[in-house]
Amino acid sequence: MSALTEAAPVQGSWPSWFHADQQKAWESFRALPAPARTDEPWRFANLKATDLSPFHEAGSVRDAAALVSRSTGWESVSGKLIFGNDALLHAESAALPAGVLLLPLDQAARDHEDLIRAHFMTAEPRLGSRKFAALHRAKLRTGAFVFVPKGVVVEKPIEIWHWVEGANAAIFPHTLIVLEEGASATVIDRFVSSGDEPSLAIAVNDLTLGQGAKLTYSGVQEWSDKTTAFHINATEVSKDATSTALQMNLGGCYVRGESDSHLRGEGSRSVMLSINPATGTREIDQRTFQDHYAPRATSDLLYHNALSDTSRTIFAGLIKVEENAHETDAYQKVRNLMLSDEAEANSMPGLEILADNVRCTHGATSGELNEDELFYMMARGIPPQQAAQLIVRGFLGSVLERLDHAELEAHLGEVLDKKLGI
Amino acid sequence: MSTETQHDLNIDRSVGDFSYDVEYAYDAGVGLTEATIDYISDVKGDPDWVRAFRKEGYRKFLEKPMPTNWATKDLDNIVFENIRYYLAQGQQPKRSWDEVPDEVKETFERLGIPEQERKFLAGVEAQFDSEAAYSNIKAAVGEQGVIFVGSTEGLKEHPEIFKKWFGKVIPSGDNKFSALNSAVFSGGSFIYVPPGVKVKHPLQAYFRINAQNFGQFERTLIIADEGAEVMYMEGCTAPKFETATLHSAVVELVALKGAKIQYVTVQNWSSNVFNLVTKRGVAHEDAEIKWIDCNIGSRLTMKYPGVVMKGEGARGEVVSIALSGDGQHQDTGAKMIHAADNTTSNIISKSISLGTGRATYRGMVHVPKHLKGCKNNTECDALLINTNSRTDTYPAITVRGQGNAVQHEASVSQISAEQIFYMQQRGLSEGAAMSLAVNGFVNDLVQQFPMEYSVELKRLIDLEMEGSVG
Repeated sequence: MSALTEAAPVQGSWPSWFHADQQKAWESFRALPAPARTDEPWRFANLKATDLSPFHEAGSVRDAAALVSRSTGWESVSGKLIFGNDALLHAESAALPAGVLLLPLDQAARDHEDLIRAHFMTAEPRLGSRKFAALHRAKLRTGAFVFVPKGVVVEKPIEIWHWVEGANAAIFPHTLIVLEEGASATVIDRFVSSGDEPSLAIAVNDLTLGQGAKLTYSGVQEWSDKTTAFHINATEVSKDATSTALQMNLGGCYVRGESDSHLRGEGSRSVMLSINPATGTREIDQRTFQDHYAPRATSDLLYHNALSDTSRTIFAGLIKVEENAHETDAYQKVRNLMLSDEAEANSMPGLEILADNVRCTHGATSGELNEDELFYMMARGIPPQQAAQLIVRGFLGSVLERLDHAELEAHLGEVLDKKLGI
Repeated sequence: MSTETQHDLNIDRSVGDFSYDVEYAYDAGVGLTEATIDYISDVKGDPDWVRAFRKEGYRKFLEKPMPTNWATKDLDNIVFENIRYYLAQGQQPKRSWDEVPDEVKETFERLGIPEQERKFLAGVEAQFDSEAAYSNIKAAVGEQGVIFVGSTEGLKEHPEIFKKWFGKVIPSGDNKFSALNSAVFSGGSFIYVPPGVKVKHPLQAYFRINAQNFGQFERTLIIADEGAEVMYMEGCTAPKFETATLHSAVVELVALKGAKIQYVTVQNWSSNVFNLVTKRGVAHEDAEIKWIDCNIGSRLTMKYPGVVMKGEGARGEVVSIALSGDGQHQDTGAKMIHAADNTTSNIISKSISLGTGRATYRGMVHVPKHLKGCKNNTECDALLINTNSRTDTYPAITVRGQGNAVQHEASVSQISAEQIFYMQQRGLSEGAAMSLAVNGFVNDLVQQFPMEYSVELKRLIDLEMEGSVG
């Protein structure tokens, strides 16, 4: 038995109203059943990997300064928050335009109660992880809150770091981004393990876009290879707003991603991207939802998985076009590049269409390295191993082009290169 | 697309919508208990092992949950206690047309089945309720050593051939409805084609449901021995009744080395029928199994024909057309299990949803470890006619290892306003233009049906569009 799943949440620095909701979430967590074999949202998943019993709540980090100095990402950011084991280690926000908030979530709950009440975990998770999201809410100690008021454009990226440290430590990273009407921002969320110990991360990122807002969000996950991680997302897109969200899964042992896009307003647009180099025994289990409520909205999903060793991937995506969401344009594509005889890719691209006059397509492909491409490079003196690596890099990197942000593409490309050893 | 065309697009199901009073010589009553199964076994004179197989199926039927965790909740509307599980006129299938009772003949003639088709079809095994009312194999086919009999006769008289595969391709515990079928099956066709025999003409069976609340549970097993080839055609029309009717067939195909089996279905049950069918084939080395499946009728159809490609070089194919009108749900698809190197599978599915109709594609493609050169291609296209029509696609694809190529594509669209406008400009009514567009959408698949069926299919689509002209 572990205090993680047995002990009720403590109030810490939360205001009472927030903590009352945490108590409710705790009761939900205790009451909700664990995922079962026959649950459709957990089809193909290795349920043993969702066992939380080895983990305990993380203590303080040993050397905060060291983690801060290791948090080197984008060169010139407009704001930066660094968390270690769910405690704020560092904050800078001097370069932010007036009115923009970049705050630890507990402070935001105290100072901006209305905003947090209106936007914090308002969407019920629908893709299977309700129980884990309830635990996240109950045990949350802080998190990042980004608020961009009406019409404000944040030019340089905001960067948020979430570190985990200690054997079997459990953390609950949270990022809440709210863009008001016409606002624009780029946010990079970095998830890192300080060492190679096993750990648990149950992370939530919620993105809310007001009318005409524009958000580019990149979640870059580099957990240790022994980490169990949940990344649960809800995105709300209003009229004429555009959300572009990327998940890069570069680490972890079992990684469960749930991305739920609600296309609420006419002309809204959600671009959902993911890059997954699966190596070793890693299992990447991703469930997505493109839910079209309003007419003339667009959603575009592209997931690339490169599978080597004995890795597994699961992709289960659903495009739903609700009644009256006419002239919907929805696209969904998952590509699996099989690099090993022991790897396994599962794809479940789904469509549910309740309106006519729509254009919806989806596709799933699984294939191997292209022999012609390999030959071409080998004929030019590139050793086969390196040639294969370059093809994988090209395959994964092509997703970055969809960010439509050249500097960000270059930056994340470097992170990818480092991971792949190029 | 406009709603005013909705009524024009309703299919004319009255073609099969009639019934005659028939005196049922055997009636197992309503509901299902072990006594019902003993009754069926007694009446049919089942060998002991078949009786044991039925009881095992019954036990599994009780054990298995309803698949409502993934399937439609409409299944909960089936009241198993209110269904008649066995009903038959007589035990021996009739051999010659003259012996078929007049009122049964009349039913078939209204459907326009036998006289003309008998001339070019190798054999007709027309199922009237549970037992084959009429069975005829042309001398030529019999001389080639082809066995074409009902399930009871097959198990009783040719156990050496059929026992080996019976219940092996689809074990009785495969799902709740295959278990139910295993418990109460009667009727259906058992076919054996000897090595190297290529049956020139398609073998055909017609099924009908003709009693209120009466479930029909055919069992079909087709074995094509090495290098043999056979095409089997199955078509259904049923009279309309006021309470729901359950139809739950099990069809097993075995294609031994180099054999070819094509199984063609045109399903046009009346709109109160639950049609829950399990169909699967095993293709051995270099063998080919092709399911050609068209679903037009029923209230709810759940049917995912499958091919297990067990031998190297085996091929599997599913061609599927589904048409869902008001109140209907066609939940169809395909399963392709690759179990040997260099196996190839192809799935092409097209669905049309009209009015409040719902068409669902569910697919499974499985390529296990250490296989090389496996290929799958899946294409699903859905056409939505009205604003309240619905379509879903739920494929599941598992690929282990490299050296295989799998691709799935699906699209959903509506008939383009430009197309309709273009045709209206040339003097066609909106209804006629819609009819042409729908025919164009499925035309490439309709071409794949055998001639008799593509004619029948075109007729069905024309009937559906008939009211829309003028």
